[in-house]
Amino acid sequence: MKRVIGVCLILFLGFSGAALAVQPDEVLADKALEARARALSTELRCLVCQNQSIDDSNAPLARDLRMIVREKLVAGESEDAILAFLVARYGEFVLLKPRFTMATALLWLGPFLVLLAGGIGIVLLARRRRVAENSAPLSADEQARLEALTRQGD
Amino acid sequence: MTVELGHYALILALALAFVQMTVPLWGSLARDPALMRVGRMAAWASFGFVAFSYMALTMAYVNSDFSVLNVVMNSHSAKPLIYKISGVWSNHEGSMMLWVLILVLFAALVAWRGGGMPERLLASVLSVQGAIAFAFILFVVVTSNPFERVFPIPVEGQGLNPVLQDPGLAIHPPLLYLGYVGFSIAYSFAVGALIHGRIDAVFARFVRPWTLLAWLFLTLGISMGSYWAYYELGWGGWWFWDPVENASLMPWLMGTALVHCTVVMEKRDALKVWTILLAILTFSLSLLGAFIVRSGVLTSVHSFASDPTRGVFILGILTFFVGGGLALFAWRAPLLRQGGLFAAVSREGALIVNNLFLAATCAAVLIGTLYPLALEAISGAAISVGAPFFNATAVPLFVMLLAFLPIGQTLAWKRGNLLGAAQRMMVALGISILVSLVMLSMVHGGPVAAPLGVGLGAWLILGSVSEIVSRSWRRGATLRIFVVRAFGLPRAAWGAALAHAGIGVTVIGVAATGWGVENLGVLKPGERIEIGAYSLVLEKSFVRNGQGFREDVARFSVMENGEFAGTVETGKRVHAGRDMPTTEAGILTLGLGQVYASVNDFHADGSVSLKAYWKPLVLLIWLGSVLMAAGGGLALIDRRSRIGIVVRSKAAALLAGRPA
Repeated sequence: MKRVIGVCLILFLGFSGAALAVQPDEVLADKALEARARALSTELRCLVCQNQSIDDSNAPLARDLRMIVREKLVAGESEDAILAFLVARYGEFVLLKPRFTMATALLWLGPFLVLLAGGIGIVLLARRRRVAENSAPLSADEQARLEALTRQGD
Repeated sequence: MTVELGHYALILALALAFVQMTVPLWGSLARDPALMRVGRMAAWASFGFVAFSYMALTMAYVNSDFSVLNVVMNSHSAKPLIYKISGVWSNHEGSMMLWVLILVLFAALVAWRGGGMPERLLASVLSVQGAIAFAFILFVVVTSNPFERVFPIPVEGQGLNPVLQDPGLAIHPPLLYLGYVGFSIAYSFAVGALIHGRIDAVFARFVRPWTLLAWLFLTLGISMGSYWAYYELGWGGWWFWDPVENASLMPWLMGTALVHCTVVMEKRDALKVWTILLAILTFSLSLLGAFIVRSGVLTSVHSFASDPTRGVFILGILTFFVGGGLALFAWRAPLLRQGGLFAAVSREGALIVNNLFLAATCAAVLIGTLYPLALEAISGAAISVGAPFFNATAVPLFVMLLAFLPIGQTLAWKRGNLLGAAQRMMVALGISILVSLVMLSMVHGGPVAAPLGVGLGAWLILGSVSEIVSRSWRRGATLRIFVVRAFGLPRAAWGAALAHAGIGVTVIGVAATGWGVENLGVLKPGERIEIGAYSLVLEKSFVRNGQGFREDVARFSVMENGEFAGTVETGKRVHAGRDMPTTEAGILTLGLGQVYASVNDFHADGSVSLKAYWKPLVLLIWLGSVLMAAGGGLALIDRRSRIGIVVRSKAAALLAGRPA
């Protein structure tokens, strides 16, 4: 029980202490480059945190990663190259947005498969019901009566 | 002594829950009214015992009875009274007690208001509710006993986690639990109906108010939680796609679908099978949420109980109720007769599309939340699924639903006229597009999504206004007649319009985050930091001693275009008995926007490093959710959904028939 509490404390306090992520001294002078660095940071996981991007986290490791990202951006590397470098170093785990691979195909396509399957299911059910109803079209007589009735209703 | 009585009462409630689970069901199958009546009495009694038990625990907290382990771990004698009371549910054991209390409260309410219900349905609903209560009370008694004593008795408690010493703790969990647990009623109704194989509009009339009630509490609970995180965590975000947030979002999405479906079922006697399935799925997702939070299987900041035996127990409960519900559904659903026919283009059709998109959105959240766990179990590969994933999947699916909403809400039942609906909405759509274009041309900087989002929000709000207007306006009618007709519309129609406008308001608030400005810097007293049209000037930093904490505070003047607009204070707080400081964000509300300041460090030379934000229209995010809940409330007090009206009219008939 003591250990559990200890873990909780670390979790909670690590969490609440992480108020500020990016430090003033980290910010790049070039605004466009800084914006790219921020954008990229939101996609990278702080590996020692719970569910935080390096942009949000105050952990020393997150700071190191932010520095790496900025150094490489200043050196003119592309976002993809930086991501590839970080994945090579820390594994796929570092990406908050997993890349589309065989292993993540179901993750990315799943929601849309649900949409597709649901849509097809609805169409099929509707069609089956329409056949089951087998409703004959109205005769001319009935049609005339219907029209008379609807006109009355107006 | 009270503590032992509380423990004993809980065990009695367990026994009563067993009676409530078995006897009425038996009675309803054997058509024995005497046995069926036991259900209502058992529900009341078990509520009484759990309430007593809960009170006993609360009293232990209020009186700082440190012979109770749970109180020692989570309380402190110097704590303000409100946090002693809310501290009960700040921990695993206590929060499960709150869960159980709400669970039996709902059962008692059903027993109380269910007088007009078909007797056999009521009996089986109470049985299922009893089964759920039995499972959870057993869970508390066996794995999470909050009444455990400790010896020797400590002089002082360890105190409540400072992050939790906040009014947010008093409000957020009870609302959330009322939502989560409220859906158990929908589940019980669905399973009860499946047992009898009879589902009709009467069934929908009874299940709808409970579903609405649960939905509106869950809406408020999620939204209050989000505001709490926003001001408490101090990094300015309000939604993190954290597993625990997702756990509450999933039942909300399915519950939203369910609320809409019960309308179709009640009005048109259609979509019955789907409604039943939704009711089962919605509560299943609530249980999944409980499992995710309580087991700590997805490590998250919320899981203060990472204990495998508890996880396995809840997994057992989850498997039993989800599996049982779905198996019963597969077995009995084919018996249900489909009712009301409708054309593809109709209100019913639109609501099917609504359900489809809500289900897909929910699937995105579910898959994203559980995928890393599943993949690691299967292949050992570790991946992360975070905010960027959900923003790329769940968000677009939900946005598509919203874009379609105003058209759907104006379609007629049975057979709608798409062209007519489009014509009615033409003005609303025109203005919304105009709003987007004007924003796009006027506001420079910020993502393109922001003006589009504002346009979408406007479309939702104007669409709702349009819906009310087009239902009350007739060519040639005077303004008076128009107003009379508008107020004569059913409250449910106003409720729907209000809720839909509410989500529009939230969408505008979310979109406006794109125009937020943030800046960071190190300031000496007198220096300023700019955020858009505002600037913060450091007035001074000082030390403040509060109840149970010591805080370094930095006070800033907020200047709006050079003129004084107010002050904000942000600080680092160290609580008694804790090492790590917490950050207190400073917030100044200006109109619907907020200046948000969060200090990082106090330096030896008197300077302060700070992150400051200007968040335009940010309050709309939560204001919209309050409107949504208010809309749900309006629909709830609609004459149609009033429960117990049957009872009253029956009583009235009796009185009228009796000679005076």
